[in-house]
Amino acid sequence: MKAARFDYVRPTSLAEALVLIAEAPDAKVLAGGQTLGPMLNLRLAQPPLLIDIARLAELAEVAEDQDGVTLGATITHAAIEDGRVTDPTAGFLSQVAAGIGYRAVRTRGTIGGSLAHADPAADWLVALAALGAELNLAGLDGRRRVALSGFVEGAMQTVLRSNELITGVWLGKFSSAARFGYHKICRKVGEFADAIGAAAYDPERGVRRLAVSTLAGAPLLLEARLDTPAAVPEVSHLEGELHQAGFTGDAYETRLRAVALQRATIAMVGR
Amino acid sequence: MNQGIGARLLRKEDDRFLMGRGQYVGDLKLPGMQEVAFLRSPQAHASIKAVRVPAKLRDRVFSAADLAAVAPIRADTALPGFKSSVQPVLAQGKVRYVGELIAMCIAGTRAEAEDMAGEIELELEPMPAVTDMLAARKADSALVHEVWGDNLFLSTLTEVDFEAVLKKATLAVTRELKTSRQAMSPLEGRAVLAHWNSRLGQLEVMSSTQQPHIVRSGLAECLGIDEGQIRVVAPDVGGGFGYKGILLPEEVALAWATRRLGVPLRWIEDRREGLAANANCREHHYLITAYADRDGRLLALDCEASVDAGAYSAYPFSACLEAGQIGSILPGLYDFAHYRCRTYSVATNKPPILPYRGVARTGVCFALEVTLDALARALGIEPTSLRLNSLVRPEQMPFDNISKRHFDSGDYPQALRRAMAAIDLDAVRLRQKQATLDGRRLGVGFAMYSEQAGHGTSVYAAWGIPFVPGHEQCFARFTPDGALELRIGAHSHGQGLETTLSQVAHSILGVPHDRIRLVHGDTAATPYSTGTWGSRSMIMSGGAVAAACDQLALRLINIGAALLQAKVSDVRLHEGFITGPGGRIAIQEVARSYYRRPQDLPADVDPGGLEVTAGYKAMRDTGTFSYAAHAALVAVDPGTGEVEILDYVVVEDGGVLVNPMIVDGQICGGTAQGIGTALYEEMAYDKQGQPLASTLSDYLLPGPAEVPEIRILHMETASPYTRFGQKGLGEGGAIAPPAAITNAINDALAELGAELLISPITPRRIAEAVAQAQRMAARKAP
Repeated sequence: MKAARFDYVRPTSLAEALVLIAEAPDAKVLAGGQTLGPMLNLRLAQPPLLIDIARLAELAEVAEDQDGVTLGATITHAAIEDGRVTDPTAGFLSQVAAGIGYRAVRTRGTIGGSLAHADPAADWLVALAALGAELNLAGLDGRRRVALSGFVEGAMQTVLRSNELITGVWLGKFSSAARFGYHKICRKVGEFADAIGAAAYDPERGVRRLAVSTLAGAPLLLEARLDTPAAVPEVSHLEGELHQAGFTGDAYETRLRAVALQRATIAMVGR
Repeated sequence: MNQGIGARLLRKEDDRFLMGRGQYVGDLKLPGMQEVAFLRSPQAHASIKAVRVPAKLRDRVFSAADLAAVAPIRADTALPGFKSSVQPVLAQGKVRYVGELIAMCIAGTRAEAEDMAGEIELELEPMPAVTDMLAARKADSALVHEVWGDNLFLSTLTEVDFEAVLKKATLAVTRELKTSRQAMSPLEGRAVLAHWNSRLGQLEVMSSTQQPHIVRSGLAECLGIDEGQIRVVAPDVGGGFGYKGILLPEEVALAWATRRLGVPLRWIEDRREGLAANANCREHHYLITAYADRDGRLLALDCEASVDAGAYSAYPFSACLEAGQIGSILPGLYDFAHYRCRTYSVATNKPPILPYRGVARTGVCFALEVTLDALARALGIEPTSLRLNSLVRPEQMPFDNISKRHFDSGDYPQALRRAMAAIDLDAVRLRQKQATLDGRRLGVGFAMYSEQAGHGTSVYAAWGIPFVPGHEQCFARFTPDGALELRIGAHSHGQGLETTLSQVAHSILGVPHDRIRLVHGDTAATPYSTGTWGSRSMIMSGGAVAAACDQLALRLINIGAALLQAKVSDVRLHEGFITGPGGRIAIQEVARSYYRRPQDLPADVDPGGLEVTAGYKAMRDTGTFSYAAHAALVAVDPGTGEVEILDYVVVEDGGVLVNPMIVDGQICGGTAQGIGTALYEEMAYDKQGQPLASTLSDYLLPGPAEVPEIRILHMETASPYTRFGQKGLGEGGAIAPPAAITNAINDALAELGAELLISPITPRRIAEAVAQAQRMAARKAP
């Protein structure tokens, strides 16, 4: 299959991009194109216009403030994997990035693009939820910041308005005592995950979060007792927690998520 | 150093393949060339009420009415009771599977051609879809081909003294097994470029095919023109595996349209078309009972096997290639006296089933070998013991088995014993008694098969499919500069024939490899051949090359003796020289003399010159039977169903190996595909006949991380019937892995009472089987 006819424009500034987006609500924003490209070729997406933001310098920057770090939306998975941008998690982001798809996908795919697409099986969605990330959004009407936990409304549905862009991902700084764990269960290397679990623990900042992928929506966040780092929860216990948190998958889907969470916790404890 | 038969030579073709210099249909462009896209059926079974083409597109969009003069594709067999299907090139009256061609659209680019397809208005009236091969056999099923009265292409019965076993057997186990439908996935899909050469009055079709001469015959039959008016060229082909051995309706449609429009036309299959509409294979169902005596010896098999053959009988191998062979293959390598096997080739509303590497054997090996492990567990003995008790023994060779297959040579028990030693069965049994890693369970499994290859006239005459292989030819000649040119009608697309046939010629004539050129893949330049299929080329083309080189050698000796002024009986051809009592002369010089200095030639020189076409057939054409024992060691997580292959051993006997390095490559590649069948690949359809996978993110193929290092051990028992003792072995790697891996998984889960009987063995299937076993155990517990 080849893409249906579309127009293409590459704005040279964020301001210009926001005007274009506001003017063409049916347009699709193109960043790395690792999802949009195949969707175009399969004609599952037939937008009249592509607005290519991949080369906007303003969206590729890393900014540090007192409390945290902002990663520009068009920073690629590969740049994070390679440690070419500041990593407030001392290597955890790099580890997550290295497990996304294949290197060719990582070379072009972007962190902001992945979040905007909001595939429930996406790595960043779960990993960044565990880290308590927030997203910077911009539109002609102004800018706003939303917590990642409130960003996703369903499978491939977010609170992003049709005239808005994700400009960056903000992560709070962690203490030197912080530990993280991540585990992805998938049928083969590079494929979409069947289940993802992520764990973050920072006693000095009061962070004790478990995040797990769901079937059709935002990752679930579980408040976990991680005070004793050696206490790895049982799978059966985690299955109960998942049901209590509202997870609705069948027994196997629940099992996979509980195992992914357990392994993420083991990975965290081992660090 | 030996550079002939048996040498581990690097492949000649690697230079262009590995450096991106190969030339595929997708690389070819002709002036004025247009691209083709097809409108395909969105429904599995429906009557066609209307195909409305907008007026502005009438000269560039064609449907069945336009192709009235084109004959449908028919691949009949001579087997008694076979029902013929008529496959229209573009659907006529009704559609019988999702993806069936309805209209062809022609434009400057593929995207524009797809736009055109989107503008065609299609009116379909849905009919009940036939999607389950067992339900399709019942009297109340909807019919794929109404005129048949049922949905059976063919049913067969093989029975040998079956009833007698019921008095003798002490134990029997019955299993129901299924292998899922798959899609073959060569790197390069199908591709066709057709144009009409008005100077030669010839249709030229460049196609990614394994069988250029068969495609030519099929095109001539459909188009109603002489075969001489058609030239088929198969350039580099990026993997065949059987899928490139089929005459596709797309090929016929392009061939018709290029003549009508007078411009070159090209169609490049995309992955979605290949997966969901074309390259389907492998869907089998078995109900099988195996009987044993109290000594742990196999006594009998009773089987009812069905194959979901899809909507049409594919050209040339027919809809019965799989089911029709099950009766003869199922007995495996075992010697037993009582047998019954019924088979059904069932028509359904799915794409036609096509031959894939291993053909019926992968499913048969799975059914038999998994059932044998169940039988061994019921007997309380090692599965390897049951096999060792039951295998045909070397002193029985050559052996005519219960289904009249003639096993040419080999030592089957020895292959199994070597596999047991290599995987270290005893050590595995000890490790299984210790605590396992991370709660995972260890399992070991074995599977054996034989691979009939190079079988010819006597086998295929009984089938009566559109071709029957006879003698295979090679045209060989020396050029005036003394280089050797070999032309064969088979095709090399990964088998390394450009290297191995050069090794054959080098063994006989001593010409250095860089002066031997293989020409193949062009009906205008090569002798007729049924092509590359059935692991036949090393036997048949190898034999033909040797026969042609033998004749050239005689002619060289005759001329060389004259040039040396010696008697013919006093000279010999050795390492590229004609050597006589008083000196020697290089064969390049002989060739030069023949062409450039005919005045020096003896009066009785063969007027045929240094060009010959020679034919070959094996001494017995019932085929060679290479065989192997595969052993897999796996770790299974019973909770998540994850499987890791810890070790994989192949002990293979392919007779005399012409190039062991290429053989290893064939085994590794085949085994990777077998791992795909075992654990990943599944082309599922819903009840309406809609394919549930249309991209490679839905249809999982094993990648480098999923394929472990394959440890290969060779045995080399020469076939008594072939020129060098070689046996065909190109498919074997893909046959045993589903059985060996399933047996290993079932071994790992045996204590839990779980058993997997459907391939692929997905993590969900494992976890659900374990959960089911746990529920059963809980119910039984007081």
